[in-house]
Amino acid sequence: MKTRRIHRTKEDIILDFVVYTSLIFLVIITLYPFLNTLAVSFNDALDSSKGGIYLWPRKFTLYNYRSLLSRQQIFHASLISVLRTVLSTLFCTFSTAMVAYTLSRKEFVFRKLFSFIYVLTMYIDGGLIPNYFLIRNLGLTNNFWVYVLPGLVTAFNLIVIRTYINGLPESLIESARVDGAGEFTIFTRIVLPLCKPVLATIALFVAVANWNAWFDTFLYNSSNPQLSTLQYELMKVLQSANTMTGSLEQALAQAATGSMQTITPRAIRATMTVIVTVPIAVVYPFLQRYFVHGLTLGGLKE
Amino acid sequence: MKIPAMPRLFAKKTPTLAGKKSFWQTLMKQKVLLFMSLPFVIHVIIFKYIPIWGWVLAFQNYWPGKSIFDQIWVGFDNFKWLFRDPVFYQVLRNTLAMSIIQLAFGMVSSIILALIINEVRLVFFKKTAQTISYLPHFISWVVAANLIRDALSTDGGIVNEILLKLHIIKEPIMFLGIPQLFWWIIGASHVWKEVGWGAIIYLAAIASVDPNLYEAATIDGAGRLRRIWHVTLPSIQPIIVILLVMNMGYLLSSGFEQQYLLQNGRVIDYARVFTIYELDYGIKMMRYSFATAVGIFRSVVSLVLVFGANYVAKLLGQERLL
Repeated sequence: MKTRRIHRTKEDIILDFVVYTSLIFLVIITLYPFLNTLAVSFNDALDSSKGGIYLWPRKFTLYNYRSLLSRQQIFHASLISVLRTVLSTLFCTFSTAMVAYTLSRKEFVFRKLFSFIYVLTMYIDGGLIPNYFLIRNLGLTNNFWVYVLPGLVTAFNLIVIRTYINGLPESLIESARVDGAGEFTIFTRIVLPLCKPVLATIALFVAVANWNAWFDTFLYNSSNPQLSTLQYELMKVLQSANTMTGSLEQALAQAATGSMQTITPRAIRATMTVIVTVPIAVVYPFLQRYFVHGLTLGGLKE
Repeated sequence: MKIPAMPRLFAKKTPTLAGKKSFWQTLMKQKVLLFMSLPFVIHVIIFKYIPIWGWVLAFQNYWPGKSIFDQIWVGFDNFKWLFRDPVFYQVLRNTLAMSIIQLAFGMVSSIILALIINEVRLVFFKKTAQTISYLPHFISWVVAANLIRDALSTDGGIVNEILLKLHIIKEPIMFLGIPQLFWWIIGASHVWKEVGWGAIIYLAAIASVDPNLYEAATIDGAGRLRRIWHVTLPSIQPIIVILLVMNMGYLLSSGFEQQYLLQNGRVIDYARVFTIYELDYGIKMMRYSFATAVGIFRSVVSLVLVFGANYVAKLLGQERLL
């Protein structure tokens, strides 16, 4: 192999050139929109509307952030977003793992039936209206728990965790049973600690999905501003596009009158986008191996 | 020695009784397992199966305020309206067109990216490029739609600026206002968001290719390109085929957020997909029964497609899917 590297053929050189330039191109088009938005969010709003902001703010200001973060509406929406993400992640991961454990017990008499009930949900869907009526009849509209309850245990997560538990050495569970441990003790004391890698993966998937969700707010909680989430607030700003029609834009424009600085819809969108993206961008590099691990678990080894 | 034979004889005579008894006995032994799982099974039945019962709405002329039993039954009228509605065919066309564009471009770009990443020798560069390429997968479509709007805007959007600088166009194009372009913008933004994530599964497949094959090819005088073409691609062909078939099953169920967040009044005829149709022609106009019928159509066709895809996958010799 070493001799090959010294005598690189023409083909090697061309191929390497193509490989590296296309990857650099991919990195640029992936990162540029984020960096541009970041620059706009730190730039004076009026100055930005002249154009020409690329990777670095021209007239640096924190005014956009100050005026957005001081809004009660945005602050409250961030709280709800964080709360739903934390609660969903905790409840979802624990209950999915618990059900997965029972379905991994070969002697459990309802193993086949319960597994079937879950797996079938991957293929059927009631549709928008019946789901809406169900949520309404359960009293979950204009209710915080609509963010947590409906997706508590999903078939995909269940299968991923069960596959992992099936791969654990059965002798550990057996010896605990011989020592007189009950099923719940075995689950919490032995299975849960052993499942850490897969639980981290599932927790991350659930957390990201909850942080990114906006459609449930739109559908079920849109008439109660107390239950709004960050993504939904951003969505509303996006929908009112380049006009000052949204309530948030109007409020911010009003707050700006009389002061030296002002804010534009573009600046609001950019700043909101950064606020919403930062939590993911910060945790992401540290946790991406778990994400990847989870995908190969669910996709290939099933 | 003869006495132990007796119970065995009894057991043979009354197998059902013994079986039943042992079922209840084992159930009693497993009551903890049952306590741990049953509440969640009831939960999934409520949230996933009861909505199916709501399908009866489609066969009624639902009027808000009355109970489901007092509604007027109209048989298949809602479906007749649906199949007569020209908008329905537009929705079907849009959904299929965008799903096929996303599927084709998404798969091809991910496979190419996996092959490219696999050719990188510098570990640090490889890791960094991979990490960055997954990033857009984890941001919400709300954020992605914001970024895409900015990039395509006529007012300093980077795409227009580059095209202007290169003198390809004379004045900025309003990309998101051109109906015929909408499908391709959806396709391109899908590729932008998912190409890196989609490549993971192909990279895993490439990693499991037998290195002896590459060595043999090298000895036979194959260069890197020919090794990709004659070793790597044929080795990952099964997974390509299986993912293609499986994704065909989701042709009608994919996509909503992206279209909803990027559409506007000018392009709506090309952007309207099933969920937008259900929202605009169902909930907003209070035609709940009609919207339920739309949902049923989509669910049933999707179910047929998924099972069809699984059947084809099984014919191709892949047993793991269902």
